[in-house]
Amino acid sequence: MPKLSAASRHSVSFTVNGVARSVEVESRTLLTDALRHGLGMTGTHVGCEHGVCGSCTVAIDGTMARACLTLAVAAEGCDIRTVEGLGLGPGRLGVLQAAFKRHHALQCGFCTAGILMSLDTYLRRHPDPSREELTLVIGGHLCRCTGYAPIVAAALDAAAELRGAQKHPEETAHA
Amino acid sequence: MKPPAFDYIRAAHLDEALGALHASGGDARILAGGQSLMPMLNMRLTRPAVLIDIMRLDALAQPRLEKGALVVPAGVRQAALLDRATLVDEVPLLAQALPWVGHAQTRARGTPCGSVAHADPSAETPLCLLALEGEVRLRSRKRARVVKSVDFFTGMMVTARAEDEMVEAIALPLRRPGTGYAFAEVARRHGDYAIVACAATVDSRRIRLAVGGVADRPTARDLPLLDGSALDDALNAFAWDLGAGEDVHATARYRRDLVRHLGRQVIKEALRCRN
Ligand SMILES: Cc1cc2nc3c(=O)[nH]c(=O)nc-3n(C[C@H](O)[C@H](O)[C@H](O)COP(=O)(O)OP(=O)(O)OC[C@H]3O[C@@H](n4cnc5c(N)ncnc54)[C@H](O)[C@@H]3O)c2cc1C
Ligand code: FES
Ligand code: FES
Repeated sequence: MPKLSAASRHSVSFTVNGVARSVEVESRTLLTDALRHGLGMTGTHVGCEHGVCGSCTVAIDGTMARACLTLAVAAEGCDIRTVEGLGLGPGRLGVLQAAFKRHHALQCGFCTAGILMSLDTYLRRHPDPSREELTLVIGGHLCRCTGYAPIVAAALDAAAELRGAQKHPEETAHA
Repeated sequence: MKPPAFDYIRAAHLDEALGALHASGGDARILAGGQSLMPMLNMRLTRPAVLIDIMRLDALAQPRLEKGALVVPAGVRQAALLDRATLVDEVPLLAQALPWVGHAQTRARGTPCGSVAHADPSAETPLCLLALEGEVRLRSRKRARVVKSVDFFTGMMVTARAEDEMVEAIALPLRRPGTGYAFAEVARRHGDYAIVACAATVDSRRIRLAVGGVADRPTARDLPLLDGSALDDALNAFAWDLGAGEDVHATARYRRDLVRHLGRQVIKEALRCRN
């Protein structure tokens, strides 16, 4: 039974976007801080730190999770995906990201990383979602500047493209 | 907004978790889904010396059917239960209420047993457990015991669980033929804790109405099969007896109104789907 003492630092290992990573943390370190400060991956945002705003949402073992409500040490051995994993390559947006760009589904972008991760996780399991289902998924996030209509529209569009029902190839590359 | 320091134990066996709980002498907390405990730690509303993570215990991972009940052990997450295709037939009341517990993102981590242990007076899972007259299975290093839901919730986030006990599982009675079940709540936004939540079960003998969000704990009352103004009077009496208070979300009067209206709505719906 591993007991990780409050007094010392501990090495925790997990995969982030398919790459094995290790990071030194305290037992109390939040996954958000392990990603941002420990690994320099600042795509995962921190808004409220009590589970309400959704900006820190990542995928843990294929399910949505608030990184601010997850201890880094509790993620030992897990498969973590963050917004940094969504791009197709350097400077190339993924399908969901490109749909957000087309639909103007972000303004300041603070909420965007979390929303993208919820949608990416949801669409992997539910490729043909209804508007209502997507509204409920997005309901777990707060966006204070864009408004939710373009976000829902982008999500529906991206779902259609991922199913192969629609294509926007020329827009996928970053300008 | 960062947690205070604590020792972290990732229990690999139930005995380890119970041993650590015993050894800590009341200074430990079980860490289940973390969807209530982590916010409380981040806000430093609690300062346990030890956290005991129980989410890797294989023994607690799977719901099972047992003597007329669906037994949900402490490691089962809310989303996993909601994904269970047979839940609507087994425990239709919980199938109706679970989508109201937080958001998809919090349900993916939170556990029904954690909700019961946490005992928020507005929470949906304790309300359903009480409406169905389910039970809470507690275990410490030395003994196991079963507490009826009516005896478990003893006050505002206070329960009959002793400090060295964990909620090993909750047992929810299976749907009975001829009984109808219904749930409804009003919250400021979907996913928020309810201002008032109501759950009803109706069979050929009685109406049982459970109300959350008003008293300091979920509260149930059994009524004969009333209707019309007799039912209105009974609902009105119940609404007053719950001793509604006022807060930033709602006045006491609005809460009483919700008890009368939602109460009537769930009773009507439970009657309708009785078969
Ligand atoms: C944004 C947001 C919205 C939410 N909305 C709702 C809502 O609408 N309705 C609702 O009901 N809940 C809501 N919740 C809370 C959520 O449902 C929690 O999952 C639940 O209250 C606690 O379950 P948990 O597994 O996360 O427990 P934890 O947070 O891990 O633990 C909560 C408490 O219970 C104790 N505990 C947990 N499991 C056990 C056990 N097996 N034995 C003994 N003690 C135990 C812990 O020590 C702690 O004190 C919300 C949470 C968030 C972040
Ligand atoms: S920072 Fe995690 S939900 Fe707001
Ligand atoms: S784009 Fe600014 S908060 Fe959503």
